[in-house]
Amino acid sequence: MAKTYEEINEKIKKGQAVVVTAEEIIDIVAEKGLKKAAHEVDVVTTGTFGPMCSSGAFLNFGHSTPRIKLGGGHAYLGTVPVYTGLAAADVYIGATAIPDDDPRNKVYPGEFNYGGGHVIEDLIAGKDLVLNASAYGTDCYPRKKLETLINIQDINEAILFSPRNAYQNYNCAVNLTDKIIYTYMGVLQANLGNANFCSAAQLSPLLNDPLYKTIGIGTRIFLGGGIGYVAWNGTQHNPAVKRKDNGVPQAGAGTLSVIGDLKQMDPKYLRGASFLGYGATLTVGIGVPIPILNEEICQYTAVRNQDIWCQIVDYGKNYPNNIPGSLGEVNYAQLFSGEVECQGKKIPAAPISSYSVAREIAATLKDWIKKGSFELTKPVQTLPGPGNGIVSKVLKERPVSPTLE
Amino acid sequence: MAICRRVVLRFPKNLVEKPFVYHLVKDYNLQFNILKAQVTPSEEGIMSLELKGQKDNYNKGIEFLTKAGVTIEQLGQNISKNDKLCTQCGLCISVCPTPALVLDQKTRQVSFNSNHCIACEMCVKVCPVKAMEVKFD
Repeated sequence: MAKTYEEINEKIKKGQAVVVTAEEIIDIVAEKGLKKAAHEVDVVTTGTFGPMCSSGAFLNFGHSTPRIKLGGGHAYLGTVPVYTGLAAADVYIGATAIPDDDPRNKVYPGEFNYGGGHVIEDLIAGKDLVLNASAYGTDCYPRKKLETLINIQDINEAILFSPRNAYQNYNCAVNLTDKIIYTYMGVLQANLGNANFCSAAQLSPLLNDPLYKTIGIGTRIFLGGGIGYVAWNGTQHNPAVKRKDNGVPQAGAGTLSVIGDLKQMDPKYLRGASFLGYGATLTVGIGVPIPILNEEICQYTAVRNQDIWCQIVDYGKNYPNNIPGSLGEVNYAQLFSGEVECQGKKIPAAPISSYSVAREIAATLKDWIKKGSFELTKPVQTLPGPGNGIVSKVLKERPVSPTLE
Repeated sequence: MAICRRVVLRFPKNLVEKPFVYHLVKDYNLQFNILKAQVTPSEEGIMSLELKGQKDNYNKGIEFLTKAGVTIEQLGQNISKNDKLCTQCGLCISVCPTPALVLDQKTRQVSFNSNHCIACEMCVKVCPVKAMEVKFD
């Protein structure tokens, strides 16, 4: 008994839709059976809240008087440089940008206390920030210097637009070397001292729609506490990785590029973050609703932590040298238990993405849909799936021919 | 009665070079485990110790240190988790050498038990949102 997007939206408008979270659906399917569950439930909500470095925002400040051309010049929000390779009043602030005078890893491990992610958080929190810019000056844009306070509510647009968010599954990171290392997966103790992992697993958006049957371009989502949309597949979208029989990829696979109005977002769900020895980033909250169109989709959303497997990867030597290979496969029930086994050794495991906030996001989205304030959208186009022939590549370096002397 | 306490000792500049730990062992029969020791740029010495021994000996040892000019505070009380900032991510758990920071299996939130804290401050350095705080009196 299939349902359509239109039918589900009719129910949402009337406040009659049955909406549950990706955790709740597990028990519903177990108790009532797949057929009944798929019939009764209209929408399953998902959530994730983790560090996502490929995040950022476009800002348009409005034109100054006299005019200045930021394009081709230099601009800073606070101390953080923003990208100006656009028109006169547009910039892009990326999550990992850091001040020119940040000591970086000169004092190892570097602290990276304030970066682009923090600028984005401060903007949404309504703080005034200093915009500092210099330009070369043209006939139509004569001004060369600009220093002013700006506030997100006063500027024209603030659009969160991230090229890669919401990774479908990820590595479990360990360190086989005899030295402690500082990575984007956290601190990894020497000689398999610990394992860190990063996924909301059974709550994670793309793990509940493993073959991209419903999540596609144009899907309306919870983004940073506001409403956003899936813009495209994310960069490094890699649907061709190995999958279990349930369709769930056994390593990082699909990704989402997402867009939304930063002005209506909440700093609680977009948090600047500092990774010791690694850099600054943004922790992003995303929730995607999955319409239960049929039993197959319902089955996907009932996926449990123990059904989702990932690869243990050595970040001491293999990852930095781009040497493929896995030290073993573990599932998220094992990881969340706090201990996993690798090479015959029991090691403590800890998450680096917040399952409890992911839970909160799924619950908030559920609330919005139940109240009728959030309708579902049918994707304009689905994301490339395992059969589309898309494989994420490594960079193939080619020698640059020497210049003629 | 035997007791075990974790304390932070602060030595002003003029006391940094004196062998206090030696006296704690020799004169008061206390076992010690140095959890952390450092001399700050202003040359104040800070040492976190676990002290084990008979209660009256422990009290006499502490009295000896206090009289000599060492400031003493209970360890663990100066590290705290700011729940307004914490995102419950779990990064701190992986660096905590004791069970002071653990993931609650039910709520999936990070819980901080200061009784287990040895104030190594690794969580303070690692926390991506600066939710682990050090307080100095």
